[in-house]
Amino acid sequence: MSETYLIAFDGSAASERALEFGAERAHASKARLLLAHVLEWSPYSFLSAEEVAERHKRRTEEVGRAETVILEPVRIKLIEQGLRVETVVRYGHVAEVLGDLATEYSATQIIVGRSGEKGLQARLFGSVAGTLAQAALVPCTIVP
Amino acid sequence: MKYSFAALAAASVLAAPAQASLAEQVDAVFAASTTWFVNLIFANLPGTGVPWIVGWLVAGAVVFTLYFGFIQFRAFGHALQIVRGKYSDPKDAGEVSPFQALTAALSGTVGLGNIAGVAVAVSIGGAGATFWMILAGLLGMASKFTECTLGVKYRNEYPDGTVSGGPMYYIKKGFAERGLPLGGFMAVMFSIFCVLGSLGGGNMFQANQAASQVSSVLGVPTWITGLVLSGIVFLVIVGGIKSIARVTEKVVPFMGGGYFIVGMAILILNWDMIGWAFSEIIRGAFTDSGIVGGMVGAIIQGFRRAAFSNEAGIGSAAIAHSAVRTKEPISEGFVSLLEPFIDTVIICTMTALVIIITQQLLIDANTGMYILGENGRIANVDGVGAGVPLTSAAFGSAFGWAPYALALAVFLFAFSTMITWSYYGMKAWTYMFGEGEGKELAFKLIFCFFIFVGAVTSLDAVIDFSDAALFSMAIFNIIALYFLMPIVKRELNSYLQRLKSGQIKAYK
Repeated sequence: MSETYLIAFDGSAASERALEFGAERAHASKARLLLAHVLEWSPYSFLSAEEVAERHKRRTEEVGRAETVILEPVRIKLIEQGLRVETVVRYGHVAEVLGDLATEYSATQIIVGRSGEKGLQARLFGSVAGTLAQAALVPCTIVP
Repeated sequence: MKYSFAALAAASVLAAPAQASLAEQVDAVFAASTTWFVNLIFANLPGTGVPWIVGWLVAGAVVFTLYFGFIQFRAFGHALQIVRGKYSDPKDAGEVSPFQALTAALSGTVGLGNIAGVAVAVSIGGAGATFWMILAGLLGMASKFTECTLGVKYRNEYPDGTVSGGPMYYIKKGFAERGLPLGGFMAVMFSIFCVLGSLGGGNMFQANQAASQVSSVLGVPTWITGLVLSGIVFLVIVGGIKSIARVTEKVVPFMGGGYFIVGMAILILNWDMIGWAFSEIIRGAFTDSGIVGGMVGAIIQGFRRAAFSNEAGIGSAAIAHSAVRTKEPISEGFVSLLEPFIDTVIICTMTALVIIITQQLLIDANTGMYILGENGRIANVDGVGAGVPLTSAAFGSAFGWAPYALALAVFLFAFSTMITWSYYGMKAWTYMFGEGEGKELAFKLIFCFFIFVGAVTSLDAVIDFSDAALFSMAIFNIIALYFLMPIVKRELNSYLQRLKSGQIKAYK
């Protein structure tokens, strides 16, 4: 059975490194790649009445942007390299969703980047790597 | 738009040295132009002392409770499960969750009604008003369920993904579907009163209470608070400065939670008096405790404040809930029936208990009857006015710092309620006049102007008008609900059947 690498990709430098690392391994092992873009989202946050009304529109825009701007160019590039690539966009707690996706797509490995402690997003992503390292049900590679 | 706001600001600054006379003038004009309307809405039923509109709301709530077989109790547990996300499809993550729909609608109702309104109710109706307030809250859950289900079912969905809904939409479409006449007319009438209600209860009442509280605690003149509030609301709803709104949306829930915790702390510190407080509530609910109107007076005050606080049957929450994308209108109805429970049965009751337990209301030791002050209100320990000052005195008697925290809470609650009601009013406005930037701007400017008017006018004129405007929405909404409730019943039966058969499945 061929392997599936789940790579968390949000377009950041750290996720680029994770992708590069995963793509190299995939060439060697003929693994399939699953690029996942997860948007941080809590169903228990507070929205105003107007935000409630506009939420579906915003969500559609966010998913569209994630697919066309972030994932699609990378997917095309990887396919041109002869790799098998799938993409997925989800909402939720990033580490949890990545763990769930690994199960859903029978991924054999999760690959995430770690960007150190620069800025809020980096911190967020750093904690994602930490959480996955502790909680993932499949081997998890954290790319520095 | 900048010009208009500058003009408004300039007018106020010029008037500042003569603020007392300006306030009096505004008040006089306000009272004179709204009294006829208030009298019409609160006219008593012939031969009784009960305003017909209060009877109308309670009758509606009773009818819905019976027609749907006490749905508020049958579906209560299921509603909690929906809000916890048990029935949310993980694939829909990123859409508005049931929890968010509930809290967005609550932000329009939890607020001053729970702090000021309850104080008004018990200072006129005595402790007994609390009993009737709780009963009205429990009954109101069925009204809320009915209107919010219809709100989702008959909303308009636009190609860009946004939605518009509420009573004006279900009245028009639902009546057309059932082949009933006058749907369009009733929808417009509802919209007119919704706009007035948004300017009254959703605006002037809020501004008035916030301004009077800030003035009594910090000594800031009401016209300054009015100007500041209308300025901030202007920046948010006209200037599109969402960051301010976003901050409040984060802060207000904690304010609500903090208010609840402080109230509970006072109750726990006085735990030995809780039994006495409840016996006072029951005694006042069924016997004459010396208030104006006796037992009927307690009923009226309790029902009136419950309706003003949780807005069940008014139709406002249906506007907020209809914006939620869900496959099941009924599940949205279930979520909404929790609102009167949280708002009235929990939070309002807590406020009433704090006022009763800290013994703010003066009782004649010999007769056990309340001592009446002027205006037919029960005299209180500090001789403060009804509304926020009374609640503030009650909290202050337990914790010295509480009035300051309460002043901040009142200001923020007022702000978030205004933002929510500006949305309700706007939806009714655009229903009548069509969507478009110029038309929306006109409404927003009127809205901001009325914040200032509300801040400087007297409590009685404002509170009467805001009650009247809000209750008027219920006239048309409840008529429509009577005609459309068979549709809700059909949806309900189908939903419950599919829930039982496992077709509607839990994900967690």
